[in-house]
Amino acid sequence: MQNVLTLRSFAVIGCAHNKTGTGTMKKNHRRGSAPAKLLAAACALASVAADSAQAQSNEVNLYTYRETELIQPLLQAFTQDTGIKVNVISANSGLEQRIKAEGANSPADVLLSVDIGRLEDAVKADITQPFTSPTLAKAVAPQYRDPEGHWYGISLRARVVYASKDRVKQNAITYEELADPKWKGKICIRSGQHIYNNALFAAYIAKHGEAKAEAWLRGVKANLAQKPSGGDRETARDVAAGKCDIGIGNTYYWALMNDKEADKKAWADATRVILPTFANGGTHVNLSGVVLTKHAPNRANAIKLMEWLVSEKAQHMYADVNYEYPVLAGVRLNPTIAAYGNLKPDSMSVSEIADRKKAAATLVDKVGFDN
Amino acid sequence: MTLSHPIPNGPALRGAVRLWPARYGWAFAIALAIAGLVAAPIVSLVRMAAVGDAEIAAHLAAYVLPVALTQTALLLAGVAVISTVAGAGTAWLVTTFQFTGRSTLLWLLPLPLAIPTYIGAYIYVDILDTAGPLQTTLRELFGWRSPADYWFPPIRSLGGAIFIMGFVLYPYTYLAARAMFQTQHRAFVDAARTLGARSWSVACRITLPLARPALAVGVALTLLETLNDIGASEYLGVQTLTLAVFTTWLNRGSLAGAAQIALVMLVTVTALVALERYGRRGQAYVTPVHGRGPAPRIPLAGGRAWLAVFLCLIPVALGFFLPVAFLLRQVIVRGLLVGFDPALWRHTMTTIALAATATALVLLLALAASVAVRLVKHPLIAACVNFATVGYAIPGTVLALGLLAPLVGVDEIINGVTTTLAGKTVGLVVAGSSLAVVIAYVVRFLAIGVGFLQAGFARVSTDFDDMARMLGARPLVLVRSVHLPLVRPALWGAALLIFIDCLKELPATLLLRPLNVETLSTHIYQFATRGNFEQGALAALMIVAAGILPVVYIIRYADFGPARPQAFTLMQGRSGKKAP
Repeated sequence: MQNVLTLRSFAVIGCAHNKTGTGTMKKNHRRGSAPAKLLAAACALASVAADSAQAQSNEVNLYTYRETELIQPLLQAFTQDTGIKVNVISANSGLEQRIKAEGANSPADVLLSVDIGRLEDAVKADITQPFTSPTLAKAVAPQYRDPEGHWYGISLRARVVYASKDRVKQNAITYEELADPKWKGKICIRSGQHIYNNALFAAYIAKHGEAKAEAWLRGVKANLAQKPSGGDRETARDVAAGKCDIGIGNTYYWALMNDKEADKKAWADATRVILPTFANGGTHVNLSGVVLTKHAPNRANAIKLMEWLVSEKAQHMYADVNYEYPVLAGVRLNPTIAAYGNLKPDSMSVSEIADRKKAAATLVDKVGFDN
Repeated sequence: MTLSHPIPNGPALRGAVRLWPARYGWAFAIALAIAGLVAAPIVSLVRMAAVGDAEIAAHLAAYVLPVALTQTALLLAGVAVISTVAGAGTAWLVTTFQFTGRSTLLWLLPLPLAIPTYIGAYIYVDILDTAGPLQTTLRELFGWRSPADYWFPPIRSLGGAIFIMGFVLYPYTYLAARAMFQTQHRAFVDAARTLGARSWSVACRITLPLARPALAVGVALTLLETLNDIGASEYLGVQTLTLAVFTTWLNRGSLAGAAQIALVMLVTVTALVALERYGRRGQAYVTPVHGRGPAPRIPLAGGRAWLAVFLCLIPVALGFFLPVAFLLRQVIVRGLLVGFDPALWRHTMTTIALAATATALVLLLALAASVAVRLVKHPLIAACVNFATVGYAIPGTVLALGLLAPLVGVDEIINGVTTTLAGKTVGLVVAGSSLAVVIAYVVRFLAIGVGFLQAGFARVSTDFDDMARMLGARPLVLVRSVHLPLVRPALWGAALLIFIDCLKELPATLLLRPLNVETLSTHIYQFATRGNFEQGALAALMIVAAGILPVVYIIRYADFGPARPQAFTLMQGRSGKKAP
């Protein structure tokens, strides 16, 4: 309801404003009605937009770091199942700051984040409210949710190795081995400050301590075939083109290139995914998760949405649309993801990783990883 | 040699100000309003920066800033060279010479504006990188087996970033230079030509030095746009200061540190701009009252005409044809037109509505501000208007972060009022509506409007004002019948830049737009951020299409040459003889 009010008020304010603007323009500008016309057009459009946005009172407002385009099928299914409309804003950064600034008037009910660090940031920014739900407690294993109920994980992804089919014979690899001089000039990776690498390096610090992590990162840096740049797809592309033998990427990029992107199929064809592990542990995984905002105006609907997201139906859809690993045990994996082999996530709690993100960023600067 | 003579800084005019101070209340109001608008996000930035700890500052100084400063300086220097050569060079060619194809080039040359820098980066990496079609063909042609067998300039590099951004952003310099060349007075060029100077010599010794205010504005806009970029530099692996702002905020966990870097950038940019102004202090670049418009174009034929066309086509091909051809190919290959997403129309309409509203507001404010500065020579007004241009030096996301608090503050006041009057709250009518996005655009692009208009006004002799005033014209009449016709090219040039800039603006829109609202750029971004920007090719072409129409319209409009001031004609008629 508040949302409708907001839009309408904008239309009113905007047009009132435009009217005064038009008046001044006419006086100032002899023929000059072009800007005035534009204003009038904009004003008309704004009122149309406001009219068409007549939402039901039964709704929930989602702020998300996962792109709208990707979760839209999921949200539509939620609306079909529950009759609750989902309004969305997606962004790449700053949503915590926005919710914080909006304060008690914030329309945000749920924040969906794609990185464990961001979930913890939201808690630190004091924009979350803890809640318990038997459904969520049952569906999400304890290491993938906050003990106090500030956030709940909804899906996992792993940071893995894309290896050249022609030039790499081994079938297993450890993260530690990436610093082995045998890979000199053979590794490709995106910026060390990218959120995916930041979490991986943070996990390494959590495992081995800062001193060892620094030596390791220097070793990896020495093995790079080129300055870090591009994204995970470019990493696969560089391996396919022969610039390097192995690259570091997320599980879902390779699957998307293999299954959905005909023009990039060749890059997937030239590479294969190896699930790396820590020497005495499992594979590094990162988490997408949800928080309930402190001033959520549609609290009940928000909890309904979060519970629905870990239902078997949603988990299955999410796994198929996004090629991520579901958090709900027993949900069938997407076949391409399943073909990577049996994922053994490292047992380290995700909060431990989040705690070391800053240290990881500092280390990347210190060793000049991106230079 | 620079031709200049002092502005007739009329003591009579100053007297007028003192005589009727109440008349100029509007000038002070406008100057203070726009300064306040730009100051709001900067004040919140300062507040963010103030809570910083010394530890992060030391770390940044030791490990981050040396690299970031060097890379940023090199990037800016490179882009400045490309945009000046390509922008001012082509502007000079199409203004000085007449050749076949010139009229087509007039509207082709500004088109690279419509290509967002990060899209340009994705496209060039796709084409020129190791696995791209060019290198693959070369490998097949020469029988090279792997990339280790040959050397090819790496596109994901500082050099690549300079190349891409230079050729996508040169139109800022081109448009500023063109607006200036076009209205340059023929007397100077005529005199030089009579004395036997060749075209090249006229360009170097007269046209270019006279165009310095416009060139400064154009190059500054190009560089600020470069500084605002984050997508392209991150993708190409260039460690810019802007990137450092983001990694400091998001990874190093210090919003304060990020705000500090942003503020240092802001101060540096402001200082550089001030330095340039100081460099041409006391010089005026006015057009004499008498005379008949710009010098006639010199016809070119044969090889020279071909050469001119070829030279002009280089930047258009690199900055526009190639990227657009790539996007078109993606649309066809991916069948994006099949099952056309109706949401895309909605996004297009939203984008155009937001851009048009912001453009109109910016032009209105910039015109009022420029007139205020000109008519009321008061240091406070000049300072406020100069200050208002620094909004452009704040990277989009930082600006959006800085605007959050003031916008919500306004909402709290509104809600306080409605609670008192009607007993209910209305929610976030500013921060939660499209108004937030429009305000961000205005703050960011005010510099373009003010910059273009001030450069335009700089070459309109104040003799015009004095004459009009002697005939009793009030300020509004003066603006309408003297100023507007004379600054029209500048006005249209600014309108074009601002409109297209709004069309492709991403970071501020992303963070400030209301629920369920997407613009074309935020729509494309959703694909780009997943490394699959080609899926957004159709939306990228919609930005190009939405940008082309105004380019064609405005360029045609602006190419009639400078209109003669109506008041001037009027005066001639009244006095019954030609002006001296």
